Amino acid sequence: MLVRTRVNGEWREADVWPGASLLSMLRDDLGLLGTKNACEQGECGSCSAWLDGEVVCSCLVLAAQAEGREVRTVEDLADGDRLHPVQQAFLDAGAVQCGFCTPGMVVAATDLLERDPDPSDEAVREALSGNLCRCTGYQKIVDAVRLAASRAGGGA
Amino acid sequence: MAQTAERVVGTEVRRKEDPELITGQARYSDDLAAPGMLWMKLVLSPFAHARITSVDVSPALQVPGVVAAFGGRDLAGEWAGPLPTAWPVTDDLKNPPMYPLATDEVRFQGEGVAVVLAESRAAAEDGAEAVVAEYDPLPVVLDMEEALKDGADLVHADLGTNASYTWTLTNGDVDAVFATAPVVVKERYVVQRQIPAAMEPRALLAEYAPAMGEYTLTTSTQIPHIVRVVLAAFVLGIPESKLRVRAPNVGGGFGSKIRVSPEESLALVLARRTGRPVKWTGDRSSDVLTTHHARDQIQEIELAADEDGRIRGYRTRLIANMGAYLLLVGPGVPLLGAFLFCGPYGGEAYHFECTGVFTNTTPTDAYRGAGRPEATYAIERAIDALARRVGRDPVEIRRMNFLPESDGPIPSPGGLTVDSGHYNGTLDKALELVGYEELRAEQRARRERGDAKQIGIGFSTYIEMCGLAPSRVLGSLKYAAGGWDAARIRVLPTGKVTAFVGVSPHGQGHATTFSQILSDDLGIPVDDIEVVHGDTALAPLGMDTYGSRSLSVGGVAVHRAADRIVEKARKIAAHELEVSEDDLEYVRGRFSVKGAPDRARTIPEVAFSAWTAHNLPEGVEPELDASAVYDPENFVYPYGAHICAVEVDTETGQVDVLRYAAVDDVGTIINPQIVDGQVAGGVIQGIAEALFEEAVYDENGDLLTSSLTNYEVPAASDVPSIRIDKTVTPSTTNELGVKGVGETGTIASPPAVINAVVDALSHLGVTEMARPATPERVWRAIQQAKGGAA
Ligand code: FES
Ligand code: FES
Repeated sequence: MLVRTRVNGEWREADVWPGASLLSMLRDDLGLLGTKNACEQGECGSCSAWLDGEVVCSCLVLAAQAEGREVRTVEDLADGDRLHPVQQAFLDAGAVQCGFCTPGMVVAATDLLERDPDPSDEAVREALSGNLCRCTGYQKIVDAVRLAASRAGGGA
Repeated sequence: MAQTAERVVGTEVRRKEDPELITGQARYSDDLAAPGMLWMKLVLSPFAHARITSVDVSPALQVPGVVAAFGGRDLAGEWAGPLPTAWPVTDDLKNPPMYPLATDEVRFQGEGVAVVLAESRAAAEDGAEAVVAEYDPLPVVLDMEEALKDGADLVHADLGTNASYTWTLTNGDVDAVFATAPVVVKERYVVQRQIPAAMEPRALLAEYAPAMGEYTLTTSTQIPHIVRVVLAAFVLGIPESKLRVRAPNVGGGFGSKIRVSPEESLALVLARRTGRPVKWTGDRSSDVLTTHHARDQIQEIELAADEDGRIRGYRTRLIANMGAYLLLVGPGVPLLGAFLFCGPYGGEAYHFECTGVFTNTTPTDAYRGAGRPEATYAIERAIDALARRVGRDPVEIRRMNFLPESDGPIPSPGGLTVDSGHYNGTLDKALELVGYEELRAEQRARRERGDAKQIGIGFSTYIEMCGLAPSRVLGSLKYAAGGWDAARIRVLPTGKVTAFVGVSPHGQGHATTFSQILSDDLGIPVDDIEVVHGDTALAPLGMDTYGSRSLSVGGVAVHRAADRIVEKARKIAAHELEVSEDDLEYVRGRFSVKGAPDRARTIPEVAFSAWTAHNLPEGVEPELDASAVYDPENFVYPYGAHICAVEVDTETGQVDVLRYAAVDDVGTIINPQIVDGQVAGGVIQGIAEALFEEAVYDENGDLLTSSLTNYEVPAASDVPSIRIDKTVTPSTTNELGVKGVGETGTIASPPAVINAVVDALSHLGVTEMARPATPERVWRAIQQAKGGAA
């Protein structure tokens, strides 16, 4: 079936099978490989992307459900070689190890800061609790989110 | 002219790996495609133990898009031999063959029985579903102790036993020490089975060029070089020179990607048979079955001590679960802990023995720490038991038993020569960092009040051996390969540097760390240094990444190769400046004439001269290029003190980590931010091992914990922030003074957590706590201590 979706500001079309997930459409059909697949069961958040402004596990959303809607992925964050402030904070805080969880983490963190510009540590941990990371123990990820918040002028 | 660059070793250089990872531009194995590629899907056994009565792949061939399908027997002629173990720990080791697909019998849930190739992933999945495999179930062996009894059901009937091997080590007169010691404590611990669960499931792309007979395997591995030699020589029987193995970005490993896999073997053979590239990506539900599991030991440890608690002897007996087959280094994993059941403590006698046992479970192999977390768990729990017995404080008992403090080598009861260590130093710092006195006061207050929520404080003053490893030691332990590593450095004519290294990262930041070393050695900015790894064609010499070896072996090779660059450059600089080599002074990238510092040559200038080769001294070859292969003389021995404070709800059994302090000594630190990241990640993984994670089988051998929710990999909201500090005692094993930090966290933390839980409940009479310390287990332990029905 043909699905027409506005992805990162551009209308895109993909011919997918009816059971295909948004994740597989992004990765296999649209070549947007930044969104990762670590479980396809809604358990890890590595596939996080925005659908009409709301972060979803794209592995749990059918590609067909994205018809006519707005999808935003990690690829939309950086501006050329200028990192998005949240990405810059991840880099500066040392919040990346293997990087496999990172795109999903950055999406979830960016979404959190758009809603709550000065989250507490607990709020950060809660907001990121759908995104698993096996490498970092989360400590420097929390640091990164707080760093991004403070740079944006929210709180300490 | 003053030196241009500040030293960068020891500073928090930002990781050069990160921009592509953070933006999603990095390519991992599953991100790769090749024109015309086929998707591969395996059919896995649903049974833990069964005879295969038939495998019919013909229905799969009817599925649109399916190109080929094979059962185990169809491919039996393809293999030069079974998937080998590289660590046959004893001469009489029982090592039953495991082939990429089973032919007659399956011995764990998830063993492959057939394989399907199709034009799309969906078609491959439909095809695999259509394969009809029939089984005749056999008795399932799960309990390790039962498995070793006479008359037990057998995993491999033809072996006549479930025991694979027994390996022993004895130092000193153990029997005499235990016969005469006034105090003997004997403890039994179960270190439960773990699933490594790297976030990136294993994935690969296999390609074959028929005209040249050349294979290329791009695979999510920690060990491209070992995969190459093992697959070529033992599994496929092809010339090693015809196989190139690449590890692109790898999404975490923790030991789980130290393997030579059925999938890699199958994909290469099928790429050749079909003439098309073959892609395979393990989905999570098959990954938890087919990627190896870990830990899973039953431990008996005895300490012989004087009345005051001074330890005189150690005696350990282990049963280690191998699962259904011996994997690449599976049988050797317990040996990596064999020398460490004495921790950083003294004594005169030491005995260790381990029996590896087969069960109908996923085979086990290395997982972050491999053998050393198990050893540390046993000794750090047992020393607390000894403290309780002789009426001492856990701090006191540790201090009185520490090995002599030294900047240089000291022998240990386990037979190691520890490179350096100041154990009181890390302990003092950790006590302060955690706020020990305050925590003890709070603990007393809560006990007096009889609060429902009690506090406990647990210690782990660990030591480990890593930096695997001196090749001659590996040889004496019957490991089949060496422990050296290699680097080749080329200073390009433009003054930029390319370093080809044999270690292969999956999140550790090697490119940054090695660039820092080279930057100081050669005076070249970090950004002008490129580190190439994970490709047997570009960096052919290497032994890969495991056992916290990348810096302490690979990094030392990088440093030595840089020394050779400087050596060669000195000849060229002296020639051009028309002075003798002895008249030159070298400081970070610049040779200057002693007494005439303006007469100078920099490394980039010399590199250009070496490339043009217009005016080289007699006997000096063109190009500024050098290699080194470094084989360490000894292991390196990180150590430290971890202190955990937990709050235990005595009504619900819920355990929360209140505070955690990790003070490690990992020798010289190249990049503090990377080191702290390794510590934090490892500690949280170890806390999860102590509190949440356990692979559970039902009585049929079905894995119950088969997803990331019922196997509890923790989320950010489940774990605490930890306090991290260091002391620095340079290693005497290598000239960088580095020790290694990849595994310290998982080695140190589980006993600190469990000791804390026991401490929180000790006033109720609780002395034992099984792990993971789930609310249910904790609640039962409390009820049992109270004498209630549990
Ligand atoms: S891949 Fe979607 S939640 Fe894991
Ligand atoms: S950085 Fe590896 S999973 Fe998060």
